[in-house]
Amino acid sequence: MSLPHFEYFAPRTIEEAVALLAGAGGRARPFAGGTDLLPRLQSGLVRAETLVDLKRIPELCAIGFDPASGLTIGAAVRLADLLDSPDVQRRYPAMTDAVSQTATVQIRNMGTIAGNVCNGSPCADSVPVLIARLAHLALMSPRGERLLPIGDFFKGPGETALEPDELLVRIHVPPPPPYTGFAFAKLPARTASDISAVNVGVMVARQGGVCGEARIVLGAVGPVPLRAHQAELRLAGATLGARLLEEVGRLAASETRPIDDLRASAAYRRDMAAVLVRRALVVAATRAGLAVADAAPAGDATGASE
Amino acid sequence: MPHVIRLQVNGDRYEVAIEPWRTLNEVLREDLGLTGTKHGCGQGDCGACTVLLDGRSVLSCLTLAVSADGGDVRTVEGLAQGRERLHPIQEAFIAGGAIQCGYCTPGMEISALHLLRRRPRPTEAEIRAGLAGNLCRCTGYAKIVAAIQAASARMSDEPG
Ligand SMILES: Cc1cc2nc3c(=O)[nH]c(=O)nc-3n(C[C@H](O)[C@H](O)[C@H](O)COP(=O)(O)OP(=O)(O)OC[C@H]3O[C@@H](n4cnc5c(N)ncnc54)[C@H](O)[C@@H]3O)c2cc1C
Ligand code: FES
Ligand code: FES
Repeated sequence: MSLPHFEYFAPRTIEEAVALLAGAGGRARPFAGGTDLLPRLQSGLVRAETLVDLKRIPELCAIGFDPASGLTIGAAVRLADLLDSPDVQRRYPAMTDAVSQTATVQIRNMGTIAGNVCNGSPCADSVPVLIARLAHLALMSPRGERLLPIGDFFKGPGETALEPDELLVRIHVPPPPPYTGFAFAKLPARTASDISAVNVGVMVARQGGVCGEARIVLGAVGPVPLRAHQAELRLAGATLGARLLEEVGRLAASETRPIDDLRASAAYRRDMAAVLVRRALVVAATRAGLAVADAAPAGDATGASE
Repeated sequence: MPHVIRLQVNGDRYEVAIEPWRTLNEVLREDLGLTGTKHGCGQGDCGACTVLLDGRSVLSCLTLAVSADGGDVRTVEGLAQGRERLHPIQEAFIAGGAIQCGYCTPGMEISALHLLRRRPRPTEAEIRAGLAGNLCRCTGYAKIVAAIQAASARMSDEPG
């Protein structure tokens, strides 16, 4: 690979990094793992005169959990660090499912979850579960820090709410609410290096013996990751059974806006979205302690893992 | 403007002045003469350029050398400890016929080392997941998986 020429800075504090971005007037780029950025610089899809490396800022390398405020992930935390975190393993199983099915070992050793989010790809694998979890993004600029719900962050393929001088500094994931289960599924499943043709993140809350609130997020089937609101409403207050989940899967698929591309046709994506939603809901319901009548066993070839 | 960086590679210390847009792959191969690490796709897909950086397997084609300043690198040249014997992973690859053209081999062996350090006795599925980022156009993977199983058994007896 031959890269275009740029200047490189490795600041030690968030303030220095923000000042570097602001001083460059839009011609500087934050640089985390570089797994998205370097191929794009190389192909000319992205131009930058200056790269601001975030990996030497100790504050951004931290990952923490607090029962009251939940999980805090610094912007330089790598995907592999997240998988190694006992708090994530114990309390955020759907995030483990999503990140362990993202890319390859080497890319997970390099790439960050913040980079996965900031890249703005509708296929980003860590995003559906973060949306289902109602994560917030802490964005820092010379004007100060603002907290944005991740659902408001994506504006279009490769387009986000980030200002050119703004840095994502932390991702906040609320503590796991009681009686809820989350799940992730993607296709192609477990052939790790493939970018998703469809991915889903779901939440099921248990209310007595029925489903309370539900959230369904689909990636790669629209210009941004989408919530399937009608399908969510159909679940609220319902007794879960195989037939209902079939219907909810189809309803969710009908709310998507997939495109044809090299990886899959729109029709195939819609069919698979229905299947993935159904399977992920079974896993999430089980994690929430809700029985699903006559459901096919979860966790088979489409990658809804238990 | 060139940056002066320090690297420890296979135990040897280097200080080099490099431009910030040079990749670790370029600096290892062109400046340090360590051509064991290969360059395949240059885009993160093939894994031929895999090295250990501070104990983790990374793609040297997507790593800026300047961002590795102060880092500890291990390449295929540093797998064997000493001149007498190859590393058990290398011996198992040779004995098991897991090398044909050999282009993927340095990256495969570094990925195998990363895997076996974290999972000394991996299952076949874990080996395949551990190698998902390393492509081989020749062998079809079965012999590579078998070689890593053999190396795993040997290394559990005599850690290396
Ligand atoms: C071979 C290969 C396979 C892949 N497979 C997958 C896959 O299966 N699933 C998937 O989702 N992705 C995949 N990816 C994409 C990529 O690896 C991930 O999106 C990764 O998480 C990006 O993180 P990074 O730290 O490398 O980002 P970088 O490349 O460093 O940054 C990505 C973008 O975000 C910006 N940015 C980074 N950090 C910040 C910040 N803190 N604030 C503001 N802007 C920021 C950068 O300027 C850049 O535009 C793959 C990539 C490759 C090369
Ligand atoms: S050369 Fe680095 S992944 Fe192919
Ligand atoms: S032996 Fe030829 S690519 Fe693997």
